[in-house]
Amino acid sequence: MSSAQKQVWEGAIPLQIHLHESEVTTLPPPPPALVLAPRIGYLPLLISLVKPHFSSTLPPGLDAVWFDYKGLPLKWYIPTGVLFDLLCVEPERPWNLTVHFRGYPSNVLLPCEGEDSVKWSFINSLKEAAYVINGNSKNVMNMSQPDQVELWSSVLNGNLEIYRRVASKLKLGTSEDEYTENVSSVLIKSPQSTGDADVTGQVKTGRIPVRLYLWTVNEEFDDFEDAPQIDNWDKVSYINRPVELHKEDGKYFSLNDAVKRILPEFFPENSFVIEGNTNINQSGEEGERSSDPGSSCNAAEIAEIKFVRIQGIEPVLDIPFSWVVNNFVNPEYFLHMCVCLKVNANAVQ
Amino acid sequence: MDLKGAVKEIIPWDGTLSSTDFLLSARTFSEKWKMFNPSFPPWHWIPCSKHHLVASHKVEGYLSLDNMCHIKKSCEEEESNRSLTSKEESNNSQREEPFDCGTLVCPEHEVNHYDFHIIYSSSYRVPVLYFRSYHSDGQLLPLNEIEKDLPGHSAKILSESKWTFITHEEHPYLNRPWYKLHPCGTSEWMKLLYEGDSSLNRNGFIIEHYLVSWFSVIGQVVGLKIPLEMLDTVVSNAS
Repeated sequence: MSSAQKQVWEGAIPLQIHLHESEVTTLPPPPPALVLAPRIGYLPLLISLVKPHFSSTLPPGLDAVWFDYKGLPLKWYIPTGVLFDLLCVEPERPWNLTVHFRGYPSNVLLPCEGEDSVKWSFINSLKEAAYVINGNSKNVMNMSQPDQVELWSSVLNGNLEIYRRVASKLKLGTSEDEYTENVSSVLIKSPQSTGDADVTGQVKTGRIPVRLYLWTVNEEFDDFEDAPQIDNWDKVSYINRPVELHKEDGKYFSLNDAVKRILPEFFPENSFVIEGNTNINQSGEEGERSSDPGSSCNAAEIAEIKFVRIQGIEPVLDIPFSWVVNNFVNPEYFLHMCVCLKVNANAVQ
Repeated sequence: MDLKGAVKEIIPWDGTLSSTDFLLSARTFSEKWKMFNPSFPPWHWIPCSKHHLVASHKVEGYLSLDNMCHIKKSCEEEESNRSLTSKEESNNSQREEPFDCGTLVCPEHEVNHYDFHIIYSSSYRVPVLYFRSYHSDGQLLPLNEIEKDLPGHSAKILSESKWTFITHEEHPYLNRPWYKLHPCGTSEWMKLLYEGDSSLNRNGFIIEHYLVSWFSVIGQVVGLKIPLEMLDTVVSNAS
């Protein structure tokens, strides 16, 4: 067990949850609920804490609980930590959220039937991750009922030790323990030149489950406080696309490389050419570019990575992607990355 | 290309599809559908740049079949007519009509509209069927209403496997709730579909007609049947 993994599991966000004014039936309005929310958890799981706090002031009617941040309905199936990293470019502590018990925006927000919906969203994501890694979901599908209950309760309770024991039966990266230790020792020896060689030997081939939340800006901002607000989910591109590692990746494969590989639209020179047709097209494009007197290497990249945020941290982009994966994945085995790109002005249509 | 083909012959096919091959297969499927289902709305390719600021150099998108209508019948007739039909079908006198033209104007019968999208899953490397349903006034139907429109066998599976058969998920491109047929077993039964037929064991052919075969299975789940001629050409081309 790595200390980084432990800290990820213990990660929490202080929330200050206000009841929406349209649902306040008492004067003075109730004070906000103060909740410490697990990063790897989900907002609907906080309802058991929030509901009692506001129940005496709610108007009559049937509950349909949802949250918003500055008017933006929050997607409950995205882990709480990811929502915070994405929507609070400048971290806001405590994070001020608004809770609603009425008026569910069902045209834009998936319905949520409490803990069951969250649990099955989690299980289905776990199946998907298993498929990405192993090529099938059999180990998740064949999980015994007691194991399934135990796995989910370990996520609910933030119990990493129980989680690791049950999750090991899924065989998603069987060499994880040895690998993590090896990578850690490599990092300790990082000043030495042999570090690269060691990392090379440890890079595994296969597919890594990644969910990337991409936000593009076309204006410069130096401080996060000056960053524009995400007030619409259409401003965020959700990309559910695995990172493929190949034998050719014998050399050092960094987080920077991984992000660019997921986004060939923005970083065409970095995209790994797998298919013959794509290869032909790529050659054609390169030919055209070389004949253009105005073209240069920089012209190929139409965007610049402003920041990558994972589990509340902006890692140095040169960090080995394998280390990030082994320490920062969420319990459903997806690496959730919030990426902000500055798109060059001349690339705008 | 020869080398690539040779490699593909050696490695046993796992029933999956690359995103580029999905595009090729989508074109074939759309053309065949238009040829063999002229009275139905066509499947359109919707190109999608997910990034508003930048044009995508890689062609991404999905197939879309919009505004299919399901006309509710009385209980006795419902069992035999539990399949989706096109509005235009009632005007086609050459086809066998499952009901009278008059039922279209009967105010007692509700019409449920369906949109279907076929979207490539990068995780599972297979196509996935997304759909939604709404009344004529645009009001979305909940799943328990849609369940009534499904063929009997699908409704049965849905009641038994609520969380894993048809799930409510966000449309990858439209950022709205849609229903999704869960794809986790697709690659395995697609592999089985082709495995026994050695005459079809040419990977280029398999890839091109992947969606036609896929839809012959998936379409039945939601009551969209493929005419046999659409599959016949698959077989006749092979021989």
